[in-house]
Order: sequence, then structure tokens, then C-alpha cells
Amino acid sequence: MKCIPTLLMAVVAGVNAEPALRVCADPDNLPYSHADGSGFENRIAQLLASDLGLPLQYAWLPDRRGFVRKTLGARQCDLIVGVPADFERTLNTRPYYRSSYVLVRGAGTAVRDFHDPRLRQWRIGVQVVGDDMAATPPGHALVQVGAIANVVGFPLAGAEPAAARMVHALDNGELDAAFLWGPQAGYYARAAQRPLQLQRVEPPGVAATQRFEFAIAMGVRRGDTALRDRIDAWLVRRRPDIERILADYGVPLLP
Amino acid sequence: MEMHLKRALSTAILGILSLALAWAQAPAEGEWRLAGKDHANTRYSALAQLTTANVAQLQLAFSFPTGLSGGHEAAPIVVAGTMYVVGPYPNTVFAFDLAQGGKLKWKFEPQPHPSSQGVACCDVVNRGAAFADGRLFFNTLDNQTLALDAASGKELWRAQLGDIKRGESMTMAPLVVKDKVLVGNSGGEFGVRGWLTALDAATGRIAWRAYSTGPDKDVLIGPNFKPHYAFDRGADLGVKTWPPEAWKIGGGTVWGFLSYDPELDLVYYGTGNPGPWNPDQRPGDNKWTAGVFARRPATGEAIWFYQTTPHDLHDYDGVNESVLVDLPWQGRPRKLMLRPERNGYVYVMDRATGQVLSATPFVHVTTSTGVDLQTGRLTYNPAKDPRPGEPTRSICPASPGAKDWQPSAWSPRTRLLYIPHQNLCQDAVTYQASYIAGTPFVGVDAKMYPGPGGHRGVFTAWDPIAGRKAWDIAERFPVWSGALATAGDLVFYGTMDGWFKAVDARSGKLLWQYKTASGIIGQPVSYRGPDGRQYVAVLAGVGGWAGAIVSAGLDARDGTAALGFANAMQDLPQHTKPGGQLYVFALPGAAR
Repeated sequence: MKCIPTLLMAVVAGVNAEPALRVCADPDNLPYSHADGSGFENRIAQLLASDLGLPLQYAWLPDRRGFVRKTLGARQCDLIVGVPADFERTLNTRPYYRSSYVLVRGAGTAVRDFHDPRLRQWRIGVQVVGDDMAATPPGHALVQVGAIANVVGFPLAGAEPAAARMVHALDNGELDAAFLWGPQAGYYARAAQRPLQLQRVEPPGVAATQRFEFAIAMGVRRGDTALRDRIDAWLVRRRPDIERILADYGVPLLP
Repeated sequence: MEMHLKRALSTAILGILSLALAWAQAPAEGEWRLAGKDHANTRYSALAQLTTANVAQLQLAFSFPTGLSGGHEAAPIVVAGTMYVVGPYPNTVFAFDLAQGGKLKWKFEPQPHPSSQGVACCDVVNRGAAFADGRLFFNTLDNQTLALDAASGKELWRAQLGDIKRGESMTMAPLVVKDKVLVGNSGGEFGVRGWLTALDAATGRIAWRAYSTGPDKDVLIGPNFKPHYAFDRGADLGVKTWPPEAWKIGGGTVWGFLSYDPELDLVYYGTGNPGPWNPDQRPGDNKWTAGVFARRPATGEAIWFYQTTPHDLHDYDGVNESVLVDLPWQGRPRKLMLRPERNGYVYVMDRATGQVLSATPFVHVTTSTGVDLQTGRLTYNPAKDPRPGEPTRSICPASPGAKDWQPSAWSPRTRLLYIPHQNLCQDAVTYQASYIAGTPFVGVDAKMYPGPGGHRGVFTAWDPIAGRKAWDIAERFPVWSGALATAGDLVFYGTMDGWFKAVDARSGKLLWQYKTASGIIGQPVSYRGPDGRQYVAVLAGVGGWAGAIVSAGLDARDGTAALGFANAMQDLPQHTKPGGQLYVFALPGAAR
């Protein structure tokens, strides 16, 4: 409670208009955020704003190339609620959750590792991020075990988030399995029409490009150490409540 | 007496006829109806009032701020005493009355959807309009092609051709061929499937669409398709040279300039790179990306194709312009096509067949060792192939290539191709973590830096027959503007820090320059004004991929921003600022 006035000052110092918690977010990217406030990042932001005694405001933009520059960089807002903890474009808080890419599929025996021959036979969905030579970690891993011809790519752009489209494809049998990032898998698999299981599969190699686990933090503008430090303290204090929100959305959490 | 009268009369009649003929020819030479000047994309003006002797006196005739701040890449279009400029998003069209010193005649706001800005990869640019039969055609960022009545600015029709929800956008300048308007799409790295579409110029209805990937029936490949090289021949290569169905999101977008040869009746254009797949996920040549098509304008059917960069590994789009010239090649007259390619080579091709006659590096190249003229294949240097998780250094040319979109110009007098381009290499190392649309991954940290010599830009005069440069000018920044050549033996180009230059076409000697308020990435043009004088016009307004650090206000400390370009452009903000402005120059005494 003592630190709130100082936090208020820090936030006020960063804005031109009346004091508010200004968040940069994608208006259509569940489970993270949506213009109607139904994402878990929306809920976490609301909790933070309430604790600060500030109204919550958003600068909305699809989270594509240039997102940080056009929102945080352009001073349209001051906080991005979810970024990889080692993301270099922002100044980051401590991580507030860790998750992993998971294999999503219907019923059946577990896939123990990437040498399972089914990974070369199943129609497997992966997201294709299009960032010059980069693939999602499962994309790289599948190549490494020779699973190419059976891989189905889902570009980020589409009428719905890629993860939603992939789960629809699992539902109607167009895919046998899909590799999804934890929070996306947990949320959309629950809404699927047939029961889907989420399973962790160890990546086949040690290359950095195949790291399936990521820690997620909040990001502020580089140099905005005051806001970052205040949110760090808040994350510690509110940890159980944040974990409850993430559990509500089915986010598979790692310790 | 009678004989004298008769002779005088016939002389007078002849005089009137030749005057009429000259007047009929004058509009074409004195105008600029297409971005590339003509269907051959020469960007050559036959006007010769400006010469190497008098260009030092060139001065500003009028200027106009567009009020927009993205990168201004368009070519001003000039027809019948009116100049038309299309701005970056929101793609305002300005019409200026040249008989009244450039006074604004009308303005048209197409009102593209605001979310299209979130989709464009490389600044929200527009490369200009095209004029034919009283109509002005242009594209909007949100995938509409519009036709306006050129005199009044009234909208005649608009056609919605793509979907921003799929990551599609449009930035290119249309080409008008007979009764058709030809347009292409952008967005390859979002998995947009590339296409070239022909619209009926009168109604805007789609006449045909040729995709860049997929089965032959989608690519409009039929019995008349005869690629020169064996590696481009076979049924349904647009499917077979990919893993199953990967072609559906294969890229190959068509965002560069189009050319047309009316004698051969062939439209020529290049296709973009194969996105969004990691190269290891898309084994195969990935047809028909990163290559050049020749098609019939009436039906779109493909006649030949040549793939400049099969299975692209370095972001080497094939969309660069094809400049059509007729020259003797090894003793015989030949219909040629000159292509200064992204991958580092100037290609001289036979445009009737698609044969490569020569491919000569015009920058320092490490990613390949040459083009095999027997097979047509680019020979990669495996040491520079990207390996996920491992660093690769000294990748030359860097991903914007030896030359990106910025178009070259040809002078039939000097027989030189004037190429605005860059001298950049890059290192690719692995990021800590990237994040897009809530999807974490380990991306490529691409840092670009100057190539050998330390200068990032070059303006090269290239002799395509000899296969070597005649002269070049090193510039501090990439030369991201178009080039203009004139019959007065002048060549014009602009620099990213705002210098608009006139150089001697034969020697490269700087004869005149003018500092504009913002860096220049526009396409310079020349025309005859209503007062009979020769004018040169260019848009200033820095941006585009190379200029994103200024137009987008990027943090120069983040070398990886703007896909790694920011590293190479950290000093640009000290030399210029954003803001679009049209500049028009003429000799003193021109009407103001």
C-alpha cells in the first residue's frame, strides 16, 4: 500500500493526459487479449489498474511486425502485458509464468519423444511465423526428424488467431495433431468439440531454435525502470491471484 | 506566278502537316503516363532542353507538401498539363494544374481500411498511378484498385482484390496494356499466395488472375508454356516443388514493376520470395517464386518462366524490374531484357525465350558463386546457407539484396543501365526470443552493415553488353530512389539524406544537386510543361524499408529493428526527417 503513491507518480510522469494505466494490446488475440476485455492479459491488466487506483486504457494494434515500435515506441501506451522474459525490444519485469509448446491431439497413447514414427505420418499443424528463416520451435524440431511432407502450416494472418484455426482443423479431422504454444493450446483445446489432450514432448536436439519452453514477463519502454520496478513488486504480491487467472484459462504452467 | 503559288501552298501544307505530326508526337514524349515512362520501363525522357551545359542552373519551379509522413515512393504521372501523385497510406491522390504553377486541382481520398497499416511489412508505401484513355488507375494498401476520371477526380470504379485479414496488401504501380489494367499483391511473408490480376480498364471486372504457386490451371500454364531451361519444365511444378500443400501459403507475391513488349505481346514481371516457411520446411525449388514470368495480356497464359533464385535462402525476391532493350548481342540484333537482381547479378536475357545470355555480379557476392548458363541455375555457396541456431556472417548481399524495388533507367544514347542500389552485407545470429501474435520463437537476429568500401549505397552506370560498370558513385546511404535518364545526357537520382542529383550520363560527374527537406525514395520523372519547358519532378519523404528508422521513429540502439536494417542506418535520423514533399525543377524563366 505504501508504494502505491510512488507508483502513481511514476505512471503519471509517463503520460500526457489524465493518469491511467495505458496498455498496448492486440484487439483480437484470445486467450491473451480482446477488445471486449475477455483475455487473461486483459484481466491481469484490470487487476493491476485496480490496485493502482487508475483507469485502464488500451492502445489497440494487431501484434505483428512493428508492434512494439508502433505502440510502446510511439508512446501510445506504456505496458505490454506479455512478452518473452528475454525479449530484447522491451525492458522486462520478472517472469510471471513459464509454459511450453505442447502437442495437441485426440485420444491415444502418448508420444514419448520426437523419434515416434507417428510424427512423420500424422498431419501435424504448426504455425509459420514468416520471420525470415525462422520457424516456431516445433517446426524446427519436426524438420530435424524428417517430418516435412506431413506438416501443415498455419500463417499468423487469418480470420481467427492461428491457434483457433488449428483446433478447428483438429476437430474436423483435417489435422491429426498440432503443436501449439501452451496458453493457446490450453484455451482453444478446451473449447474443442471433441476431447483433446495436451502433451509435452521433449525437443529432439539442444539447438536454441528448438527450445520449447519460454518464460513470460511484462514489458515496458526501455529506460522506464521506475514502472518496471513497481510492477515487479506488484507481481510478487499478486502472484496467487495471477496464477488463478492463468488456471482459469487453462494455461499449462511449468514451475 | 502560278507555279510559285502552288509551291508556296504545298510548302505551307507540308509545314502544317509536319507541325501537326510533331504536335501529335509531342504529348507522348512530353508526358509521363506510367511509372516506368513506357511499357519497356526505360524511364528515359527524350526531352533535351536540359543538358549537361545548362543543368547547373536548374532551380525549384514549385513544391507541394503532401501532409503525409510515410515513405513516398511514387512516380508523379503527367498527362495533358496535369500531374498526379499518389501518397503513402491513406493513399491520397493529388492532381496539380501545371498551367497554373502546380496549383492543386483536386484531391481524392480512397479511404483504405486503417488496419491495413498493421499488415504492410515495409512501410505503407505506394509506387504510383497509371494513366490511359482519360482514366487514372492506382492501388490502395487495403487491396483495392481504383479508376478515377483523370480530369475531374471522380471515382469511376473500384475493385476489392485481396484481404487484409490474410495479411495481403497492395503497394505496386499498375501497368495498363491495351484494354487491361494489370496489378499484383504484396504480403509474401504472411503466407499470402502471390498473383497478377488483369482488370477490364472500363469496368474494373476481373478478366483473369494468374497465381504464382499451385497447379498449372491456377498459374495459367497451358500448352504454349515453353520455359527455356529444363529445371523450369514439367507439369504442376507449382505443387510438386513444394511439400504437399505448402504452396497454398507459398508467397511469390507480385509487388514490383511490370513491363510489356507489344511486338511479342508479352507482359513481364517477377515474383517474390517463398514465404513464410523456413527453408528447411520447404525443400524443393519452390516454383514459381523468385523468378520472372512472360505472359499474354489478353488471357494471362504463361509463355515462359525463369527462376532466378530457386529455393531462396536469403530473402532474394525476384520482383525487380525488367528493362526491355533491343541491342546487338554477339553480332546479331536481339530482343533483350535487363534485370538488376536482388541476388547480386545483372541478368541479360532474351525476352522472347527466357534464355540467360549473361549474369554478372554488380556488387560483392558471397551467397552464390555464379549462374550456370547451361542449366540456368544459381549456384549457392553452402558456407552462407542459413543454419537455424548457428551464426552465419558476411552474407552478401544482405536481405534487401544488391538492389531492392528501386528502379533503374536506360539511356539509348549511352547504352548504359543506371542502377540505384546498395552495398550491404549482413550477419545472421540467433536471437534470445522473438514474439509475434503471442507466439514465441527463436528468430534470426540479422544485422546489416556496409559492404566492402564502407559505403552503404551506390549509383552504378552498367554496360550490359560488356558486362561491367562504366562508372559508379558511392553514397553514404543506400540509394533507395528511382533513376531517370534524359536525352540531354543527364541522369537523376535522390539520396536518403535528401540530395536530388543530376550527373553526366557518360562520366558520372556531378553537375547539380539540391537539398530537399526529407530523404528521397521517390521515382524522378521529366515532362514538358504547358509553357513548353522541360521539368524534372520527384517526391521527397523518406521511409520504405531502408528509411523505416526515420519515418517510423525507430530506436537507433536496436540494430535488429526493421528486420535488421536499423543497424545499418543508425545515423540516418541525424541527416533527415520524415515528411512528404513534391519538388518540381526547371531552368530559370519557367512559368511559376
